[in-house]
This record gives sequence, structure tokens and C-alpha cells, in this order.
Amino acid sequence: MTGVRVAGVGLTQFGSQPERTGRDLFAEAADRAFTDAGVDRDAVEELNYGNFMGALAEHQGHQAPLMAEAAGVRCPATRYESACASAGVAVREAVRTVAAGDADVVLAGGMERMTNLDTEGATEGLAIAADDLFEVGAGVTFPGAYALMANAYFEAHGGGREELAHVASKNHENALPNEYAQFRKAVSVEEALAAPPVAEPLHLYDACPITDGASALVFVSEEYAADNDLDAPVAVTGTGQGTDRMALADRADLASTPAADDAAAAAYDDAGIGPDDVDLAEVHDCFTIAEVLAIESLGFAEPGEGIAAARDGHTTADGDLPVNLSGGLKAKGHPVGATGGSQIAEVTRLLRGDHPNSDHVADAEVGVAHNAGGTVASAVVHVLEVAE
Amino acid sequence: MSDETAGNGASATVNAGYDEWIDALAEGAGYALVCPDGHGSLPPRRVCPECGSSSLSEEALPERGEIETYTVVHVPSPRFADDAPYVTAVARFGPVRLTGVVRGVDPVNDGNGDTGDGDNADAVDDAVEVGTAVEVTVGERETDGGRVVVFRPVEE
Repeated sequence: MTGVRVAGVGLTQFGSQPERTGRDLFAEAADRAFTDAGVDRDAVEELNYGNFMGALAEHQGHQAPLMAEAAGVRCPATRYESACASAGVAVREAVRTVAAGDADVVLAGGMERMTNLDTEGATEGLAIAADDLFEVGAGVTFPGAYALMANAYFEAHGGGREELAHVASKNHENALPNEYAQFRKAVSVEEALAAPPVAEPLHLYDACPITDGASALVFVSEEYAADNDLDAPVAVTGTGQGTDRMALADRADLASTPAADDAAAAAYDDAGIGPDDVDLAEVHDCFTIAEVLAIESLGFAEPGEGIAAARDGHTTADGDLPVNLSGGLKAKGHPVGATGGSQIAEVTRLLRGDHPNSDHVADAEVGVAHNAGGTVASAVVHVLEVAE
Repeated sequence: MSDETAGNGASATVNAGYDEWIDALAEGAGYALVCPDGHGSLPPRRVCPECGSSSLSEEALPERGEIETYTVVHVPSPRFADDAPYVTAVARFGPVRLTGVVRGVDPVNDGNGDTGDGDNADAVDDAVEVGTAVEVTVGERETDGGRVVVFRPVEE
């Protein structure tokens, strides 16, 4: 086992850019990652690429060779698909490959093109992350599935729309200085509460937007970083993944996310840390309730207490444990197959001190990224630490 | 009866196991698959997803289930475009939970204090709640006539 460093990160602008092809989006993210890393493309030994719905959005399967070309690398290239956790699993395999000593340099990340579809098409595309026969055929949309979880949570623990509105408002506030964010617009709790319903109890500002974008990361071994005099101060010290029953109705509990519990436990164990050691987190807030469930799975709040964390200021920019300083999926945007890589990029920037919100976490040494697929039938958690 | 349930745009798709299950549900003979340890699941299955047992038997669903959670969907997928707003719920029926559309309720009066702009000719002035007792049958989507699992509230 060797240490794994993040040598470089690259993101595209997140937002509505329907004219841009997937290959152009990933090429830009990769180019920025190579520039940030100071690593030659020739050094890349593998490409792990995440994408969810390219077959629907671009009528394009077999995307990995296409993206290797776009990034200018010639090496084994594989596409990973785990719905909205596609880039998370791609990153995890890159980390494991480097940690195992099988490669010194791996390019990982993902891309999603979505806004070239109309809202109905995108809604249908996202719905394929659920069980087609038993859920989608019964009227479950992606927001609908999280709404089912939200109502189950309210029933089990209390809380309601107002607490969720604080999550939305917090994440919009965090996105204001983020140059990559789709929405750099403040949203008050009152505005969030007054927005039209999507799938009750979730309203417009409880939901992430539909986003085009890409992420790319250059992971290197500790030895490679030292031998090549790279400036790569952030290490990935823990990785974990969990899987649950596909359909929400088949889960042991509708108001928690056991796959994320498992992923977090494995990642903490791998890193030799616990939740109390964490200074900041990027979590998968595709809907406001998802952030609540995530921070409970990560051990930042007891079951039933996560709902009040944003309202009470624990997870705000100047709280004890800032969550989604990037703006999260909620305000930064959610190009689904790119999101898991984007979270790693943002945690890295926050820990390095070159994120526009780094001042809120000037002494931070440990960050966590939590990426979920579907209704958290898949979950991936990574621990990143300042190594030097 | 395998014409419209595929959900993938392939109208001729047959989903062996699932199609027979929803046929049975439509005839009031819905069932779950149950392993010797009592874990319930829905077909098609070779093994119990909880414990891996290959000894699965069909067990009739109870006549009544209970809603465990629900949502009022205002922004539908294309297959439900003309159905919105509608209520989707997860209900417990003995060894399994089912996911279905709740009919016979008013989707815009769900007790959340929300108001919607939809109208539902099938609605009565009842609100859905967690704990509502329901029966299960099979109905049609208004949008395309496709079959859908339907819950209807029953008197307790």
C-alpha cells in the first residue's frame, strides 16, 4: 500500500450549456486538471470515467475511449456507472489502483450532459436510477423518491419544510463566491418556503438543478509526487462504498441511508479517523433532505437530529462543521456523472486554501466527500487530509 | 397482459415473472415470495435478496395494507404527464412493501397545507396520511393507459 495524493483538480463551469458536447466538457475539465497538477498526459496509466445517462442524453454508449481521446491520454479507459455516484466509484477505483501500487498516475472524474433534453426527458432520464418495474412504473420520480424519504423522516423524527429551507438557504449562500457554481444567487428561507411544489413536501428550492458539467482529477502515488517534485499537499486517506436494496420500498428503514452508513464506516476505518476528526464535508444534497440523511450517516448528527443542523448553524460556513461550502449539488449544480469528482475537487481546494470559501476553514486538515447514487442504493465516501 | 408495463419504451417487452405478478394483483390474487426465514420479496427472484435462500414460496398478500410514506407528485415523468398531480405511496402488505399510486383521495388536500392547481375527477375529499389503511389493485395511467399498482383507502 502506498499513499495517494491529489496532484491536480479540474472543473468546467457548472450550468446550462446545452450546446456543449460531452467530449468537450470532459476535455476542458481534464485540461485544467493537468495544468493544476503539473503532470504530463503521457504519464497517465489509466482513465476511470464516470457517466450516468449519456446513452439517453447523447445517444452515446462506450464513452471511455471517446473521453480518453478528448483528454489526450492513451491508456486503458473504463466508464463507471452508479447513477449519481458514477464519478464517486470511478474515483474510488482510481484511489485503490494507486494505493495497491498498480499505477502511479490515474486520471479520474466524470461528465454529464443534461440540459439538451427538455425537463420531461431529463426527469425520465434521472428516473432510470430507480427500479423501473416496481418504482418508476408506480409514478416515482427522482424528486418523488426523496419526497417519500422526507415524509418518512418527518414521521419518524419530526421536523418539516422550514428546517429543509434552511439547508437550501445555507447552500445558496455558500455558492455565492464559487466561480464554478450554477446558481450564485441568495435564497432566503421565506423564498424557499414560498416556491412551488415538485413532489411534496419538496418544493423547487429543495431540489438541485439540472446541470451540464465535468470534473477531472489527477491522482498520483506519494512516491511519484516526491520523485517529480509535485505540489500535491492533499492525500486521499480513506475510501468506502456501500450498497443497499435498489427500491426504496425494500429497505429496512425509509428514513435513513444504511449504504452511506456502511461507506462512511469503511472510509473512516481506512483513514483511521472518526467523525469527530472531520473539519469540513461535501455531501450529496441532490435534495435538501438528502443532506440531512448524509450528515447522520457520516456521524455528524444523531438520527433525528440532522434535520436541525443547518437551522441551528452547526453546518453553516462559520459553524462547527461546515457542510457543502461549495454550494453543494443544490446551488453549485449536479451534472450527475461528474458530481463525485467535483466533490473531491472542492474538498481538495478547500484544504489547500485556494477555494473562495477556504477562509472559513483556514485550519482545516480533514475533509470528507459523500456521493450517493439513486435513493442511496449506492454510496461512496472518501476522506482527504492535508499531508504536508 | 404484457403490453405496456416495461417502462422502457419497448412496447412489446415481456417481463416474465413480473407480468404474471401484476396479472395476479389485478385479479385480487396478489402475492409475495417468502423464504423459510419469513423475508418477503417480489418476483422475479431466484433467491431471497435478504438471506440467499432458494426456497421461495408464494404467499397471498393480506387484503389490507398500511401507508408508510407518500408524496404528491406535481412534476411527473412523461408516462404520468396527464396524471399529475397524483399521490404515490409506499404501503406495507404483510411481508413486503409495495409502491403504488393512491386513488380515491384528493392529491391537493394532503394535509401539508399546500395547495395545487390540479383537479382529479377520481378524488374524494380525503387526505392521505401515514397509517392510512388501503387495499391494492391495478389501474391504468391516465396518460397512456399503462397498468399501474393502485392503492385505495378502506374503512378501518
